[in-house]
Amino acid sequence: MKILVALKQVPARDSLLRIDASGRWLDESDLSFEINEPDAYALEAALQLKEQHGGEVVVLSAGPERAVSAIREALAKGADRAIHVEQENLGEFDTLSLAKLLAAAASSEKADLILTGLQSDDLGSGQTGVIMAELLGLPHATIIMAVEASGQGVRVKRELEAGWFQHVSMPLPAVLTIQSGINKLRYATLMGIKKAKTKEVRKLTAAELGVQPESSVSLLRIYQPKRVKQTQMLAGAPAEQAAQLVEKLKFEARVI
Amino acid sequence: MSQLKGGEFLLRAAKMEDVFSPEDFTDEHRAIARATEEFWDNEVAPQLEEIQHQNHDAAVRVLRKSAELGLTGVVVPEQWGGMEMDMISAMIVAEVLGRDGSYAAWHGAHAGIGTLPLALFGTEVLKKKYLKRLVSAEFVGAYALTEPHAGSDALAAKTRADLAPDGAHYVMNGSKMWITNAGKADIFTVFAKVNGEQDKFTAFIVERAWPGVKVGAEEKKMGIKGSSTCAVYFDNVKVPVENVLGEVGRGHVIAFNILNVGRLKLGPFAVGGSKQVLAQSIKYAKERQAFGGPIARFGMIRHKLAEMAIRIFAAESVAYRAAGDVERFGDHLKGAEEYAVECSYVKVLASEVLDFVVDEGVQVHGGYGYHQDYFVERAYRDSRINRIFEGTNEINRLLATGMLLKRAKRGQLALVEGVKKLQDELMSATGPVDSDVAANAKKIALFALGLAYQRFRDQIEDQQEVLAGITECAMNAYAMESVSVRRCKLASTGKAAAAQDVCDVYLDEAMNVVEQSARSVLAASSEGDALRVNLAILRRLAKREQVNVIGARQRIASKLLESGRYLF
Repeated sequence: MKILVALKQVPARDSLLRIDASGRWLDESDLSFEINEPDAYALEAALQLKEQHGGEVVVLSAGPERAVSAIREALAKGADRAIHVEQENLGEFDTLSLAKLLAAAASSEKADLILTGLQSDDLGSGQTGVIMAELLGLPHATIIMAVEASGQGVRVKRELEAGWFQHVSMPLPAVLTIQSGINKLRYATLMGIKKAKTKEVRKLTAAELGVQPESSVSLLRIYQPKRVKQTQMLAGAPAEQAAQLVEKLKFEARVI
Repeated sequence: MSQLKGGEFLLRAAKMEDVFSPEDFTDEHRAIARATEEFWDNEVAPQLEEIQHQNHDAAVRVLRKSAELGLTGVVVPEQWGGMEMDMISAMIVAEVLGRDGSYAAWHGAHAGIGTLPLALFGTEVLKKKYLKRLVSAEFVGAYALTEPHAGSDALAAKTRADLAPDGAHYVMNGSKMWITNAGKADIFTVFAKVNGEQDKFTAFIVERAWPGVKVGAEEKKMGIKGSSTCAVYFDNVKVPVENVLGEVGRGHVIAFNILNVGRLKLGPFAVGGSKQVLAQSIKYAKERQAFGGPIARFGMIRHKLAEMAIRIFAAESVAYRAAGDVERFGDHLKGAEEYAVECSYVKVLASEVLDFVVDEGVQVHGGYGYHQDYFVERAYRDSRINRIFEGTNEINRLLATGMLLKRAKRGQLALVEGVKKLQDELMSATGPVDSDVAANAKKIALFALGLAYQRFRDQIEDQQEVLAGITECAMNAYAMESVSVRRCKLASTGKAAAAQDVCDVYLDEAMNVVEQSARSVLAASSEGDALRVNLAILRRLAKREQVNVIGARQRIASKLLESGRYLF
């Protein structure tokens, strides 16, 4: 099975996030970067499928030059080769443009399966995988908890709301967007890191792919959420108070 | 001119490209750091409580898991299951694993002193027998040099190995003390004298399973309580002759060379531990409220945090500089021998920085820092051993200057010419000498060394305080230059301002130490008018523009508090 994993490099979770002078993105001078978390799970799912059924895992990433360290990490973990669509300031363009770049790069690969995270930890639009599927004319399924090969297709488990799951059998080729935490991520071994240096990373540009990135959607401003603290006193008998509390936790705070 | 030779930093200025620093890490180095950090967070950190309470099985499990990643054989050739990577990679791994003193001991005793003697000196037969299984951590390794009555004077060891009449094996008798990993070790590198003869100090590979090998009870230590430390006894142990490591009578070469590498590696272990304590102290200073706000707003707390970061920067700069020199030398063992003086500086500086950092860390935590619920309490106890093992800091201070003199005698270092040139220069000039503070510190070290040697000649070896005073000058000068060069490297980055502040404060403080130490060396080496002239020269060399160190520390502290961790 030939599996393509589309992954994005995002600011590391433990970074100090500062908004830059434009007010539209983060100050990157002091940031460290990592593989977007759901994408890391997509990569792991792909590596496990390869271990079970053989084949090839190809990493696909669009981003600036620095994204190559995320690509190398994926190669160190066991991906066979990679395609890097090198493009600065992708954040200034819309998700459609990004998906066009990825789809154009993916189309010649004719992969059986394209996996990607369900959303990115930085912008979090949750659209890239789905639009890519549409552009490639492939079926897709989102929020995937498990993938298993079955016959000529795959059987997947989707996460629905309120603890419900949906099991879907679908044909290949297909695009799946993977949920975080569905498997145990492997470490990049030192030997893997060493070997990653010799694996192929093909560089492509938007021009070579015939894609002109656009921005039909523009990001006006980003800001730190304001910390607000409110105290509400609940009245009534203990049982009534408890009921009200549960109500609020469920529907206002949405934590249970 | 090319790379500086060992000890040559005293005579020549280092060029930026000759001084390795973390800024020179390759992508591969950074990937190794990230993989090791991930391993730390997911596999080591959750086991630390267990390890701390002497669950040695847990420690060995983690060690074996780390072997799957390749962390136990970073520099070992691939042929033997290792990663065949450079010294810098091994330093990076050590720095991450140094976050906890106990686990660092497990790792260091196994992958460092427990494996490297075999990897570097073993015959093919011996390597085939043990090396792969050590690298995979199927066997746990340990290094047995110290004895109850032979610590710093390791060659006074009493353990002996007598060649049996059949000529096929030795019979080993004796005991070893303070053996790290002993509780779980399968393989010991043991030093003993063949037939009890002084000039036949020899290393052997000894299996724990052999009849007559007995491991004593766990020692009750002040710190690194999660490590295993026991005595090991040898009672008529039959050791096959092929288990001799290296040559009979050449054990001291192995012992001292391994120590050189060990001293270098202590650098990243201590730096890793220090960074962890700094991060915890920053966190606590932000959380702890006093007088209506966090204590992080107080100047004296900020001073402590900044000072920790400044000294960590110095230890880190020195450790990676020396590692870079050893790596570029080609052969790690010969490299560590060439730069043995610098390796001693790394050991002394880094262990003392760690001690400073844990001490101030406890102080930032106040009463809570004295409580076992807080990480910093443990770090405080764990730190202390670093000034003792791998050669006490006293031994290293004596050795460092002793080795400089030895190198000069052997014609490996133009020390005499350097001193003469400096003396001529000092006699002919009267004004301020040089605006480069680090360069002046080197001149002070050389000046003090020259005077002391002229006064004591070959009896200088008996003048321990004088030797240590010279080491203090030279070691600080080395650190000052390392910090200064690294500041230049950072000049075009976003960290330029912070590096400038760190460098300004460090140079100022280190120069105080250099001046103070030199003064006592000069006073022991000259008197009367000569002393007065010498002190005037010293004052001229130590003269510098006073920077606003309080302001610089304040700026550093602000950045530390914002980022929550070490800055570089």
